[in-house]
Amino acid sequence: MEGAMEGAMLADAKIRTESGTESGPRGSGCSLRHFACEQNLLSRPDGSASFLQGDTSVLAGVYGPAEVKVSKEIFNKATLEVILRPKIGLPGVAEKSRERLIRNTCEAVVLGTLHPRTSITVVLQVVSNAGSLLACCLNASCMALVDAGVPMRALFCGVTCALNSDGTLVLDPTAKQEKEARAVLTFALDSVERKLLMSTTKGLYSDAELQQCLAAAQAASQHVFRFYRESLQRRYSKS
Amino acid sequence: MAEAVSVVAESLAGDRARAARNVLDQVVLPGEELLLPEQEDAEGPGSAGERPLRLNAGTRSRGRVVCGPGLRRYGDRLLVTKCGRLRHKEPGGGSGGGVYWVDSQQKRYVPVKGDHVIGIVTAKSGDIFKVDVGGSEPASLSYLAFEGATKRNRPNVQASGMGVIGQDGLLFKVTLGLIRKLLAPDCEILQEVGKLYPLEIVFGMNGRIWVKAKTIQQTLILANILEACEHMTADQRKQIFSRLAEC
Repeated sequence: MEGAMEGAMLADAKIRTESGTESGPRGSGCSLRHFACEQNLLSRPDGSASFLQGDTSVLAGVYGPAEVKVSKEIFNKATLEVILRPKIGLPGVAEKSRERLIRNTCEAVVLGTLHPRTSITVVLQVVSNAGSLLACCLNASCMALVDAGVPMRALFCGVTCALNSDGTLVLDPTAKQEKEARAVLTFALDSVERKLLMSTTKGLYSDAELQQCLAAAQAASQHVFRFYRESLQRRYSKS
Repeated sequence: MAEAVSVVAESLAGDRARAARNVLDQVVLPGEELLLPEQEDAEGPGSAGERPLRLNAGTRSRGRVVCGPGLRRYGDRLLVTKCGRLRHKEPGGGSGGGVYWVDSQQKRYVPVKGDHVIGIVTAKSGDIFKVDVGGSEPASLSYLAFEGATKRNRPNVQASGMGVIGQDGLLFKVTLGLIRKLLAPDCEILQEVGKLYPLEIVFGMNGRIWVKAKTIQQTLILANILEACEHMTADQRKQIFSRLAEC
């Protein structure tokens, strides 16, 4: 698995330089942090992935299609469950709200009708939070779902944008940047049409700024999807 | 690698579906669209209207296309739903068509009719055994399904034990892809393993392997070899086997 990790690091460098050159006029704040991903690192779950975005790190495990409790059974599709565990302490309201957002995003792309009366459970463990946590959770759950072989309509990714008080835009902000920002917006985008699957926002922003953030997120999603492809190709290179 | 990247950039930018023939044995991702050979010929939407007529006239020379695991029909295209390598099998007689599927490294088994699996009996109730085959629900198996079983002569199967396959030996789990790889007709691993020690082995399509050799040590060595085979190239395997044959 060291090979995969090393490969991921190589891919990071590529992404970083590319996004850096594209966002040249707007300054270095508009590039994504370095990404890394490792799949199939846990033995018990059916699929697992750890995703790193800068210093933010999330570990995801997917179980399914597995047995489902009769009370949660849905007769014509799979029951999707997302559990988000914080780094310290018990999950609170914030975690429950994020769980819901992630579950709705996953439900939009997972083809649950192919596995009726089963459960698909995504367990996310926050390893370290250094900003853009929800985006990292979304990316980790996507990679874990792919690893588990759950049928999906498309891939998805999460991108967080922060708007500063002077109107500048920061993609994939750190915790400090998020704190100083006037507004923080997180989008989930699919890989086929690059359409919005989920959005959650905090703070004040204008209509035009929302559109600007969405466009920036869509541009950034290309880099994330390219990173997905590179890390998956590396994983399947020895078979 | 550079070539692959440029292909990606193209497919991402233009959202163009690639021809299934051109991506055989390459990695495909969920959400990708693939074109079948007959759709490649059709130029633009104008010719699409003619297709039903051709079908009715019975002049269709191309074989039937079957979507295997990881692929779905989406309108007139193939939609990839799983990550893995795209595989294709030509049909026996005709040209074109055949079976397309995605070879993934999945761990969870989804039961399919006709698969040979290794199950573990978890409960016994009346005439029926509950068997865990790794799917989302336990399978039920009548006691009359066993070889040589009659109403009088019941098979000796204990709950949470393996009555039928063998008394000892080792049962372990691997990915479903490895099982398919080992059972492929052109796979040399099994022949090589057979040369090392005399062994008894059972493969279940649900990712379970049962193996038994003369001693426990040999059994463990065999299990480790089979597990390690997944992430090795053919050359690496050859090296390992030649080294093992020496000692």
